[in-house]
Amino acid sequence: MFGKLSWAAIPIDQPIPLVTGAIVLVVILAVLVWVVVSGHLPYLWREWITSVDHKRIGVMYTLLAAVMLLRGFSDAILMRAQQALAFHSQGFLLPEHYNQIFSAHGTIMIFFVAMPFVIGLMNLVVPLQLGVRDVAFPTLNSVGFWLTATGALLVNVSLVVGEFARTGWLPYPPLSELTYSPGVGVDYYLWSLQISGLGTLVAGINLVTTVLKIRTKGMSYMRMPMFCWTTLASNLLIVAAFPILTATLAMLILDRYLGFHFFTNDAGGNVMMFMNLIWAWGHPEVYILVLPAFGIFSEVVSTFSGKPLFGYRSMVLATMAICVISFMVWLHHFFTMGAGPDVNAIFGIASMIIAVPTGVKIYNWLFTMFAGRIRFTTPMMWSIGFMVTFIIGGLTGVLVAVPPADFLLHNSLFLVAHFHNVIIGGVLFGAFAGYTYWFPKAFGFRLHEGLGKAAFWLWLIGFYVAFMPLYAVGFLGMTRRMQHYDVAEWKPWLMIAGVGSALILAGIVCQVLQLIVSIRDREALRDLTGDPWDGRSLEWATASPPPVFNFAILPNVTGEDAYWAMKRHAREEVLKAPDYQPIEMPRNSPTGFVCAFFATVMGFAMIWQIWWMVIAGFIGAFATFVVFAWRDHDEYEIPADEVARLDRANLIARRELVTAAGSLR
Amino acid sequence: MTAGVLAEGNSPHLGGLADIGHEGPAPKRIVTGYGFWIFLLSDMVMFSCFFAAYAVLLGQTAGGPGGAELFNLQNVAVETGCLLLSSFACGMASIAVEARSHIWFQIAMLVTCALGLAFLSIEFREFADLVARGAGPSRSAFLSAFFTLVGCHGLHVSGGILWLLTMMAQVFAKGFRADIQRRFLCFALFWHALDIIWVAVFSVVYLLGSAA
Repeated sequence: MFGKLSWAAIPIDQPIPLVTGAIVLVVILAVLVWVVVSGHLPYLWREWITSVDHKRIGVMYTLLAAVMLLRGFSDAILMRAQQALAFHSQGFLLPEHYNQIFSAHGTIMIFFVAMPFVIGLMNLVVPLQLGVRDVAFPTLNSVGFWLTATGALLVNVSLVVGEFARTGWLPYPPLSELTYSPGVGVDYYLWSLQISGLGTLVAGINLVTTVLKIRTKGMSYMRMPMFCWTTLASNLLIVAAFPILTATLAMLILDRYLGFHFFTNDAGGNVMMFMNLIWAWGHPEVYILVLPAFGIFSEVVSTFSGKPLFGYRSMVLATMAICVISFMVWLHHFFTMGAGPDVNAIFGIASMIIAVPTGVKIYNWLFTMFAGRIRFTTPMMWSIGFMVTFIIGGLTGVLVAVPPADFLLHNSLFLVAHFHNVIIGGVLFGAFAGYTYWFPKAFGFRLHEGLGKAAFWLWLIGFYVAFMPLYAVGFLGMTRRMQHYDVAEWKPWLMIAGVGSALILAGIVCQVLQLIVSIRDREALRDLTGDPWDGRSLEWATASPPPVFNFAILPNVTGEDAYWAMKRHAREEVLKAPDYQPIEMPRNSPTGFVCAFFATVMGFAMIWQIWWMVIAGFIGAFATFVVFAWRDHDEYEIPADEVARLDRANLIARRELVTAAGSLR
Repeated sequence: MTAGVLAEGNSPHLGGLADIGHEGPAPKRIVTGYGFWIFLLSDMVMFSCFFAAYAVLLGQTAGGPGGAELFNLQNVAVETGCLLLSSFACGMASIAVEARSHIWFQIAMLVTCALGLAFLSIEFREFADLVARGAGPSRSAFLSAFFTLVGCHGLHVSGGILWLLTMMAQVFAKGFRADIQRRFLCFALFWHALDIIWVAVFSVVYLLGSAA
């Protein structure tokens, strides 16, 4: 009846996941009870859960990422504590539990923190920057988000029901095959990633189509803000790379469920094919994450330097060059496979070539700052911290791209330090910069600056204290994923790294406090103009938070830095009352949520092999689509007076700003 | 969000300046078709992985049968005929949509469906026969790759038939509304793309396979 599922799946003998799970469950239940009792449920359902508004979906993506960051970071601090303690001893984590923790940490941080964070920011900002009212496929957008949430949910369910993979964040066979991982851990990994991967593909298709086909009048390609370009590049990579992940994981699923022989040791299976396929997705994935971050830095650096982005065209070229070359370097993840010197040399050179467009970008940001009037706000601090940190990470990357060096550093903590250096210093700092920069756009008030800066310094110093020692122990020969060790020279370094993770924890505490304090003081931090940073692109040309239709009148773009041009013009020509027209917007729809519900049921049933439930889930999902396809009215009209009413308040605040600016001159 | 409203781009801020170049958001039909094309491309990337896996594992028969012993080209020729003719029928359905002819639309879709089902039943028989002869997917890595590649295409055709039946019901109930026409455009693209993939399957798997 319930497949492999029985009471034995609850890990009664392991206090850490059980207690954590219980606490999380209590918190979730408490929040749910509070929501229901205080009558917020209808609002939540109407305005958020069923919303097809790209801004709301972007906020929900970002919220998901923030919550999962807490989960992924608690894994990280467990690992750092374990390695600091486990010299000549077992530490406090059993080997099989430790293995689950490092696997879950990587999986969560990449798929459920970094991905939803950047996709959330792209969703929130890109249509605004393009000067349009919506993305190409609003309902699909909601489906994509909820499928991602399903994946995150399944990974977290594995904490208390069953187990998670013990194979690392990429389930290398033959370890991940049924022979060596008979439990449900790898299945949790596979199904949550298949489901969330589908969500990511949907988001990718949606955003590519949006950037290529839905831009306001005059917004030609070479006038798009840099973030739109990096969004395009990143989502092209999603569309081209995520199907590879889907296919590869499907092959592993077939191996595990139906006895196929893609990656098995016997019957002709080829283990190295898995490495090739997974990294053919995995390397572009790195750039899927970091390219949007590059876009965020471009926006932030330009705004807070008070200058247009230096070398816009070279920046576009560099972005698209990275987009293409990122598909030609995957083999550098396994130089030790033994493909031979020729193959290794080609991939080593290709990997080093990627450093060239990246270097172009760094110089462009530096020259944007040069001779600018720099305002050291929190987003700008994250950007400068990024530039310094990312260069170090990039240089160690070039080092491991040299095959002979890689033979020594492969699978060592040097590698772990390298990729944390680029992912924390690049992606995460970028995400935080974007979060602080666009928060007032999403909610109408700024985040607290003091706490933001405190969080920045704690993160920055914490990062160096936590990861520079890992370069050192890497050189001392420590391999990754060790549950305990007996080498005395490693211990002090790992103790220092543990301190670093505590500093990062303090940084995260500051970020949580920042959010709470900012919400408490929101009236003092309020921004009525919609343009709190003196911005340059179109997202600042509308109210904060923007009305559901974004722009009462679609802007007409005549050059780069569209909003900057408008503002300069506005000093001469005071904003006139525009001629408002009724606007048609897509109706909200529970399709995404219901779909994700059935996906959760199906995924859970697949993991535990409860076949009747799989069939029920499939029928439910198909029925949802038919019901969605059957509805007669998928749009509603906002009358012109209503548009005028919503736009007027912001117009008044903006006029005051223009007048004030005029009198300052 | 109709094209008409979107085309209204006269900003009061910059009213006087003439704009060159981009005309504003594309109409819905273009956007939908374009997005679906991108989905199809991603789908083809997925297929190309299965093709690559097949190419890598082609020789890994683990002492079991290879393609030359297993494939029946006559069978596959009939199969291919069914699928290509179904695409022709699907094209006729597209014409029927343009002509707003309910009866011809339903007939053409029915023919498409029947030919698709014929294709699937031949494929199913082939698979069942292979399994009965002890050449199932768990026999060898080569057969794993074969069943996955061809089976994945078969799954797509099955999904396409579900979609096709839904389309027929929708047109029957709602007529040729704009959103239903867009949906049909996507369906037709999907169905033709399956043909393209089948041509590759036919050439790479069956033609090359039985020659070896």
